[in-house]
Amino acid sequence: MLTVEDVHFSYQSGVEALKGVSLIVKNGEFVAIMGQNGAGKTTLVKHFNGLLKPTRGKVRVDDVETTKTSVASLARNVGFVFQNPDHQLFSETVEEEIAFALKNFGYAPEVIENRITWALNLLGLTQYRKTSPFMLSGGERKRVALASVLAWDPKILILDEPTIGQDHQQKENLRQFIMQMQSQGRTIVIVTHDVEFVAECNPRVVLMREGKIVADGEGKDILTDPALLEVSSIVLPQIAQIFTQLQVPSLPKNVIDIYEAKTLLLRLLQRRQRL
Amino acid sequence: MSVFDGLKFRKVYSPIHNLDPRMKFVYVIAIFAAAIAFYSVIPLLALFIFQIPFVLLARVQKQWLRSLRGATFLAAFIFLVNLAGNFFTQNYTLTVANVETAAAMTLRFVVLVESFSVFFLTTSPDHLGLALEQSRVPYEFSFAFTTAVRFVPVLAEEAQTIMDAQKARGLELEKGNFMKRIRNYIPILIPLIVSAIRRSLELAEAMESRAWGATKKRTNLYALKLHKGDFALLGIIIGILILTVYVYFYVPIPTVRSFFGYP
Amino acid sequence: MAVIETKSLTYTYPGAAKPSISDVSMKVEKGEFVLITGPSGCGKTTLCRTFNGLIPQFYQGELKGEITVADLDAAKHPTYEMAKHVGLVFQNPENQLFALSVEKDVAFGLENLGFDRQEMRKRVDWALNLAGIYDLRERSPHEMSGGQQQRVAIASVLAMQPEIIVLDEPTSFLDPLSAQKIFEVIHDFNKKLGLTVVLVEHRLDLTAKYADHIIIMDQGTIRFDGATREVLSKEETRLIGVGIPKATLLYEMLKKEGVNLNSVTPLSSEELAKMLKEAMKF
Repeated sequence: MLTVEDVHFSYQSGVEALKGVSLIVKNGEFVAIMGQNGAGKTTLVKHFNGLLKPTRGKVRVDDVETTKTSVASLARNVGFVFQNPDHQLFSETVEEEIAFALKNFGYAPEVIENRITWALNLLGLTQYRKTSPFMLSGGERKRVALASVLAWDPKILILDEPTIGQDHQQKENLRQFIMQMQSQGRTIVIVTHDVEFVAECNPRVVLMREGKIVADGEGKDILTDPALLEVSSIVLPQIAQIFTQLQVPSLPKNVIDIYEAKTLLLRLLQRRQRL
Repeated sequence: MSVFDGLKFRKVYSPIHNLDPRMKFVYVIAIFAAAIAFYSVIPLLALFIFQIPFVLLARVQKQWLRSLRGATFLAAFIFLVNLAGNFFTQNYTLTVANVETAAAMTLRFVVLVESFSVFFLTTSPDHLGLALEQSRVPYEFSFAFTTAVRFVPVLAEEAQTIMDAQKARGLELEKGNFMKRIRNYIPILIPLIVSAIRRSLELAEAMESRAWGATKKRTNLYALKLHKGDFALLGIIIGILILTVYVYFYVPIPTVRSFFGYP
Repeated sequence: MAVIETKSLTYTYPGAAKPSISDVSMKVEKGEFVLITGPSGCGKTTLCRTFNGLIPQFYQGELKGEITVADLDAAKHPTYEMAKHVGLVFQNPENQLFALSVEKDVAFGLENLGFDRQEMRKRVDWALNLAGIYDLRERSPHEMSGGQQQRVAIASVLAMQPEIIVLDEPTSFLDPLSAQKIFEVIHDFNKKLGLTVVLVEHRLDLTAKYADHIIIMDQGTIRFDGATREVLSKEETRLIGVGIPKATLLYEMLKKEGVNLNSVTPLSSEELAKMLKEAMKF
């Protein structure tokens, strides 16, 4: 469980990036943190594994205060996948890349072997075990980075802008993968500005603006709230745009799922055509 | 580091900031020439005091003082080395003359730091790049310079991100003996280097796509023109050089110790 | 009049086992807005780079077939020649800006081409205004957002006044709002200036409505090439893995349930909403 208690954070340059943020993420939740560039999303999630420590307020991971322990020890429970896999990849083979964190955490060699096989399998990378990560395509490198973080089985997984540069199929695979991870009881936190992706996953959405949380609730409600849109420069998901432009009062305003849209429209059209 | 603080450009608008960097550079060379011409304290002290109005006019006193503070260590070192040199070659004795010469050498160093500091504090990298472009320096070099300056903050941020990413995988940079610590930097250096290579490839693509190499006669959006202030500075430079030559050849310079009755 | 034409173009990167694009034949007419899309690795990025000669001149490797851009053989003319006719905007905004101020960056291409200062000044101001960044002209690239940086890159290409502008996933790193703004700017100069636009994109939700012509690539070859509405309503397009606009998908889903909206395939939420409103006016 992640607890954020009235956290304020200022960078050395003096910029105040977080101005009193409070949040609780329960075990097994799937949360999307959204907001404009500069709203403080990445700053916030960097507090979850201790990369940043609050200038005021407390952050607790499973009741351990982040200021009282090292990043390395917090990392055992909180896996952080950065936006650009090239900021992590440095080994001669994919195998070594995945082993890196496991060695840092002091796992025994046989355990390391098993975990590498498991992680490769999970991400569909088994055939690349002995390949150099630099020889792989962009999408494959992203999977290697993900595998190297999952290898040590952290309970909490943070993904920073996981959909950037991904094509439609890759995003669909990612979505299913996140669902799979969640069904295994993992807590997933993603930082993203990809409204369509969030609309398809419909997680809990925490919306930030200028260092504060301005909304926290179900994806379909937050992403279709016109007042929030104004204030935080998110875009209405395509399905919601259709419904908004239809201007039919009897239709719900918070539709973001295409199947729900189809059902509602069919009902509406059949009704109208019967009159 | 405080010495480097004294060299960082500050966006303040003062008459000194608006001077042509090429003229400012000639000024620095003139001060340099004058400084190495003299071995005695009094003219070097004069040079030091002479530059202070420039510092005040440029409103960079704070940073300038910081650069001097940073230079004190080296200055003290120069002073002691000079004394030590005399001490050991003169059978472990020191004369007042030795002290005065050592002071002069130290002052010379300080005068140089002073003038370079004012130059860098009042010249923005773009201005500097522009001066390079408009001088005889081949365009490739001035381009390399401005591009490097442009990317320094980007690379610094990237280094920080890479460190964060690896720390998040359990990398502990502070632990271990000397050898282990050096090895710990490999996961930081390799992504940094790979990223730098990728970045240069992308930059090269962009350059080619914007007609790099189309003609040897490259033009420039901006033009550095010399203004009244620059000619005033030129006058000052000529004045310094003439005065230096005159004093060097015709004016016997008293030593400070002579005022106190020492030989 | 075709401004870009390729005939059986095949290209293999140096040291690669197989070609990145095979037997690609396509045509782009003057003034068109063409979308090129397809799953990752389909060869669209490679194809873009043949348009201004980066392939094969910068990348070396083996190029077979013909490619004519603005009546020039792009494989034979040096890239700096091609740059006068076709401008390329890349994915990462940060790595396209070299100078310490925006307007110096926009002038970069013109400086390389040896334009005189007066003409340069005129073109730079014109391009800055077109891209909507005139007020930012003295800022340094590092202090700007990704969206602003990308607009600087676009302005610096516009300044050279090419007939064709090719953009390779220009909004990958940008948030949806900035992306929308960029597409509006691009649509604007396509309509107002008649500039031919070739846009490589995944975000069809935001871009399909602007394109007259769409090319779908997969594994190095062209699978579909034609009018946007036709191509995007094909089931096969969706099966390749292309992200069909939600409005189009919804329309097709309703059609399968027997709903006849008596209209063309919609490409945007506005179009679908209009069609639905019409259908309910009985």
